[in-house]
Amino acid sequence: MKARTVRRHFRESFKSLGRNGWMTFASVSAVTVTLLMVGVFLIILFNMNKAATDMEKDVEIRVHIALNANKQDEQELKEQIESMPQVKSVQFSSKEQELQNLIKDMGDEFKLFKQDNPLYDVFIVKTKNPKDTSKVAEKISHFDHTEKVVYGEKKIKKLFRVLETARNVSLVLLIGLLFTAMFLISNTIKMNIFSRRKEIEIMRLVGATNSFIRWPFLLEGLWIGILGSVIPIAFVAVVYKVIYQYFQTHVHDHFIQILSYTPFVFQVSAIILLVGVFIGMWGSFLSVRRFLKI
Amino acid sequence: MIEMKDVFKQYPNGVVAANGFNVRIGKGEFVYIVGPSGAGKSTFIKLIYREEKPTKGTVIVNGTTVSTLKNSKVPFLRRNIGVVFQDFKLLPTLTVYENVAFALEVIEEEPEKIRKRVMEVLQLVGLKHKARMFPDELSGGEQQRVSIARSIVNRPKVVIADEPTGNLDPETSWDIINLFEKINRTGTTIVMATHNKEIVNTNRHRVIAIDNGRIVRDEQRGEYGYES
Repeated sequence: MKARTVRRHFRESFKSLGRNGWMTFASVSAVTVTLLMVGVFLIILFNMNKAATDMEKDVEIRVHIALNANKQDEQELKEQIESMPQVKSVQFSSKEQELQNLIKDMGDEFKLFKQDNPLYDVFIVKTKNPKDTSKVAEKISHFDHTEKVVYGEKKIKKLFRVLETARNVSLVLLIGLLFTAMFLISNTIKMNIFSRRKEIEIMRLVGATNSFIRWPFLLEGLWIGILGSVIPIAFVAVVYKVIYQYFQTHVHDHFIQILSYTPFVFQVSAIILLVGVFIGMWGSFLSVRRFLKI
Repeated sequence: MIEMKDVFKQYPNGVVAANGFNVRIGKGEFVYIVGPSGAGKSTFIKLIYREEKPTKGTVIVNGTTVSTLKNSKVPFLRRNIGVVFQDFKLLPTLTVYENVAFALEVIEEEPEKIRKRVMEVLQLVGLKHKARMFPDELSGGEQQRVSIARSIVNRPKVVIADEPTGNLDPETSWDIINLFEKINRTGTTIVMATHNKEIVNTNRHRVIAIDNGRIVRDEQRGEYGYES
């Protein structure tokens, strides 16, 4: 394609946008609404995913070592645990360290326990696959010198289920919206093609190729997609900033942390733009196809 | 130049518009296609520029087998065929110059060459002085001359015309026919479907008469032969 042909296609596509102003507006609005949902969905989805992986990483088995165990017993227990094929790592944490962690998490009130530390020395066991946690924990509990074996798998399983359901429901909603937006865009383009039917007929008569005829319409869809993604991107940038700042100042719990502002907002914006461009171009592609004999 | 072998065409609604066309049109010929309305004249024309595909049979134009031509190749066939219609098919938003240049722009010709060639053909059809006017500022005959200019601007080897004088008064019709004669003298093949008895009987050329989807008569220097 030659440069001046490209220029011509751009010019034509802009003219088309103006010619059917109201339909353009309707399509852009449809894309905007869809992409707003996409943006909100993406923020939730990515953060849910992060939470899930964080939690998955946090799935650890805490083996409380019996108080009467001596150093050699501990060593034996450690070797026994390590010898299990599903185990990734075994880490010793003394009860003093445990208390330090607790103080860090819960606050200085727990410093009181420093005088009489009620905690146990523990082995923190991580499995290669989080799914093996319950099996491994069950086995370890039968070993000698273990006082108690603690793991939070049940809670996490339930959480995963909730997250998954939420994800599936929003995916269905999103796909519905995408189709609606695509339908509206393809209708807008169809009206433009209709008003230019004669021009297209003549183009075909004098030997214009299908791609030559198609490009202005594809570009028109592209502009609709881009225009429709402006508000959602701004929305995501502002709203996520607010949420992020709220989490930074008000939520200290290290367990719940959302993705940092950059690069996440840029990634989401890029996805929104891409989705907008995709539904715009695909919508117009569908409607042009019906008018051209290909 | 144009060859049809056992061409049948049945439209999806069941109408049989071509019931075994067998014809050969040589390079530089001037051919009238005559026949009553609905006889298959337009189908004959459409088969040449591949607006319609035959149900059966072969159509060859400029050595290209049009009947089996892929849709994606049709634009390249059209660049070698000029088409003129009864209703001119000009774009009302473009000037005379732009309407003619349009045919070269869509095939991505150099702007410099476009300018030169467009003025050349406008000169040929005698509308150089009206290049900046819009179609609705012109008379019917002038509009048809613009559409003829557009049809020949690519230097096609064949110009086909479907009732080019159908909307024009007799005097203007003669101007148009004379223009086609002029184009024909440059070696371009002309195929013209027409109802104009006077023209067919005066400017004698080959006449192919179509009735009921069949070629019923094919005479060099023929007559119109129907009461119009």
